[in-house]
Amino acid sequence: MTNSIGEIPGAGAILIIGSNTSETHPVISYRVREAVQNGAALIVADPRVTEMAKLADYHLRLRPGTDVALLNGLMHIIIAEDLLDVDFIEKRTEGFEKLKEKVAEYTPERVSEITGVAVSDLRAAARAYAAAESAAILYTMGITQHTTGTDNVLSVANLAMLTGNMGKPSAGVNPLRGQNNVQGACDMGALPNVYTGYQKVGDPQVQEKFSKAWGVPLSDKPGLTVTKSMDAIFDGRIKGMLIMGENPILSEANANHAGEALERLEFLVVQDIFMTETAAYADVVLPAASYAEQLGSYTNTERRVQLSCPAVPPPGEARADWEILTDLAKRLGLDWSYSGSEAIFNEMASLTPSYAGMSYSRLADEKSLQWPCPDSKHPGTPYLHVGKFSRGLGQFTPVDYKPPAELPDGEYPFVLSTGRHIFHYHTGTMTRRSVPLEQHRPEEFVEIHPEDAAKLGLAEGDPAQISSRRGEVVARVTLTERVKPGHVFMTFHYHEAAANLLTNDALCPVAATPEFKVCAVNVRKAG
Amino acid sequence: MSAIKLTIDGRPVEVEPGTTILEAARKLGIDIPTFCHDPELAPNGACRICVVEVERARALVASCCAPVAPDMVVHTESERVVKARKAILRLILANHPLDCITCEKTGQCKLQDYCYRYGISESDFEGEVKELPLDDTNPFYIRDMNKCILCGRCVGRCQEINGAGAIDFIGRGFSTIVGPAFGDPIEESSCVFCGMCVDVCPVGALIPKAGVGKGRPWEVEKVKTICPYCGTGCSIYLHVKDGRIIGASPDFEGPVNRGHLCSKGRFGWDFVHSEERLTRPLIKKDGVFVEASWDEALDLVAEKVRDLLNRYGPDSLMGLSSAKTSNEDNYLFQKLMRSLGTNNVDHCARL
Repeated sequence: MTNSIGEIPGAGAILIIGSNTSETHPVISYRVREAVQNGAALIVADPRVTEMAKLADYHLRLRPGTDVALLNGLMHIIIAEDLLDVDFIEKRTEGFEKLKEKVAEYTPERVSEITGVAVSDLRAAARAYAAAESAAILYTMGITQHTTGTDNVLSVANLAMLTGNMGKPSAGVNPLRGQNNVQGACDMGALPNVYTGYQKVGDPQVQEKFSKAWGVPLSDKPGLTVTKSMDAIFDGRIKGMLIMGENPILSEANANHAGEALERLEFLVVQDIFMTETAAYADVVLPAASYAEQLGSYTNTERRVQLSCPAVPPPGEARADWEILTDLAKRLGLDWSYSGSEAIFNEMASLTPSYAGMSYSRLADEKSLQWPCPDSKHPGTPYLHVGKFSRGLGQFTPVDYKPPAELPDGEYPFVLSTGRHIFHYHTGTMTRRSVPLEQHRPEEFVEIHPEDAAKLGLAEGDPAQISSRRGEVVARVTLTERVKPGHVFMTFHYHEAAANLLTNDALCPVAATPEFKVCAVNVRKAG
Repeated sequence: MSAIKLTIDGRPVEVEPGTTILEAARKLGIDIPTFCHDPELAPNGACRICVVEVERARALVASCCAPVAPDMVVHTESERVVKARKAILRLILANHPLDCITCEKTGQCKLQDYCYRYGISESDFEGEVKELPLDDTNPFYIRDMNKCILCGRCVGRCQEINGAGAIDFIGRGFSTIVGPAFGDPIEESSCVFCGMCVDVCPVGALIPKAGVGKGRPWEVEKVKTICPYCGTGCSIYLHVKDGRIIGASPDFEGPVNRGHLCSKGRFGWDFVHSEERLTRPLIKKDGVFVEASWDEALDLVAEKVRDLLNRYGPDSLMGLSSAKTSNEDNYLFQKLMRSLGTNNVDHCARL
């Protein structure tokens, strides 16, 4: 997030696009509600009628995968009606003329045709967003899990800059990240192209710094992403894999493909807290401590670093991940020794400018710190891009609408989107082993519109077979107007009805994120 | 506007206009009892236990609602005040089960605390007593409306903060209860089981099921953790007794969540003690996992990794790190992969 969760109640307008906030980030949805109570205009762009959509002043119920067209349309109206922040554009950005040219093509009428959103709603939403003193955009995987994911995010950034909603409180572009430490994993360099703090692989100075600190030679060649590594197994480039606390068998798009890939590996080691669907493929499984059994720091979606303390001892012989990794490194001839997680944190902070001012004692005394925090006196940074972007001027990037990779046809006439519901989490490794959560929501219910269900002879709770070009699953249906006719929704929480057997592994060419939000499926009565 | 000066229990205090008497008293460290007061909700003055005496005022005033005025003189424990509070407690006790011996709330029950403070052990009011069935239709918490004192904090949190609007006051007078519309079980209501009602209930009307019979509040160590689910970063206290987690509660000073939680954070911690946890290293032999020692397992991993490095080079290895593990674990994981000579390291940020 460019801004902080605590700033949301102060926003004059909030645009939520592609985020089912009340189910995926409930506590953030409380802040949105607070903002609405304070008088903020709420605009929700979502194909489904989520709780946030019900709360919204304007629900832009766009067709799945038409986000770029929608955002270009909003910008078209803002420019045409002269609601833009000229001063901000002149002083802080470049490339405005090209953006203006591009969005000129996206007249409200054309956008309405592509997205299915009424022209009057487009106009009202654009005006409400542009009129606010500070307007915040919140988004989640609803815009990133598309083949146009990067385009969607660029469009969101264009919209925020066009209205001067960057570098000030209660504004900005705010991805709500889906995992407790997905921000931290990225910050720590668990990415193929960057070291900690986004220091680039291939930059000679960076490489020399890490090489010297770690006492090893380092490769200047960026590595493979998780999504591309599966193909690399098939073509023989990847032979062995180490997996720590991930379950790609259920989380990857086109899960059959991921399973076949793991089977082809010469060697697979998995460290985890449970025998996950992925661990079952391993040659060696190492038992790890859970979050409640070790001291460590976690970085949330607003760049806030917090310490989590050990509550109970790990079960049996399970050990903290850092201990396992240290022992393995030693056996591989690396000279590692750490007295505890604090020593690891200190080494990391010494190599990472945005974390350089943080320490366990500061995190304990001050409760939390938001990066960038470059020195020990720095109070941390609640919102970014004040006065200047990291690249200097903010770059407008004109983007064209492109349809999703796979659209419905005669054989597969429905669009399937996947996501989460409030009672389970991701692949269910943890929540499905939580007694109350599992008792409350023990099985998948595919959301289908009552009209579609009637045509297919499906009643509430009937089992249905959902199939795509890649696989099929059977799950019961729930009849709901949350989805439009022609649209079905499933979660990926349940291995018994694994939605990712169906999803399309077509990737966003830049971010390599699969198109989980749109694939073509068929639905029919099962049994 | 300038600050307002007043006197509470003989001590001068200066506060901003619009401050309530309760807030001004708390600034001085004076403990005025409250049931219904919730700093995050609009004051509703329902319980009256916070009444104080203001000189020259006709009646006692509810300090949670009354704003301060210049030169006000307030007495928080005067004879009149104490008499009124005792009467309120007796009225509540007339219709409140006295099963404190087994009540899960004992030790952190405000009704119990205030009865102790004012020496009330029974009620001299005799009348009808509620006999309502328990609602334990859901797997998260028990609703015992016989113990409810109708303070309304649960209703306020459900409607104003969560927005689920699952519960409200139903009925009038003595027969008033808090519950879902039409008296439905909570399981069939719009409740999303965030548990925020449970965390603010001053009495034993809302009790988390997981901890029933497992330990008293004073036996529990509260350990601060960060929620393991989404990326919001709520801070949560895990309640630990004898090496086991028996409950959880939100950190009311949490920089992100300010005492708020959702169903997963509030109730979804018990996977930690699942019987299915991995407890020993496993090595697959002829397609079957066999338990092994750490030395055996790690030696085998090191041997296989070295073998692949020798035969195919470092880029034949791929490491998947984790968005669930700590910064320290992630840092070491990428350091390990990179130290072996490859940048093939990623995690599930895209999934």
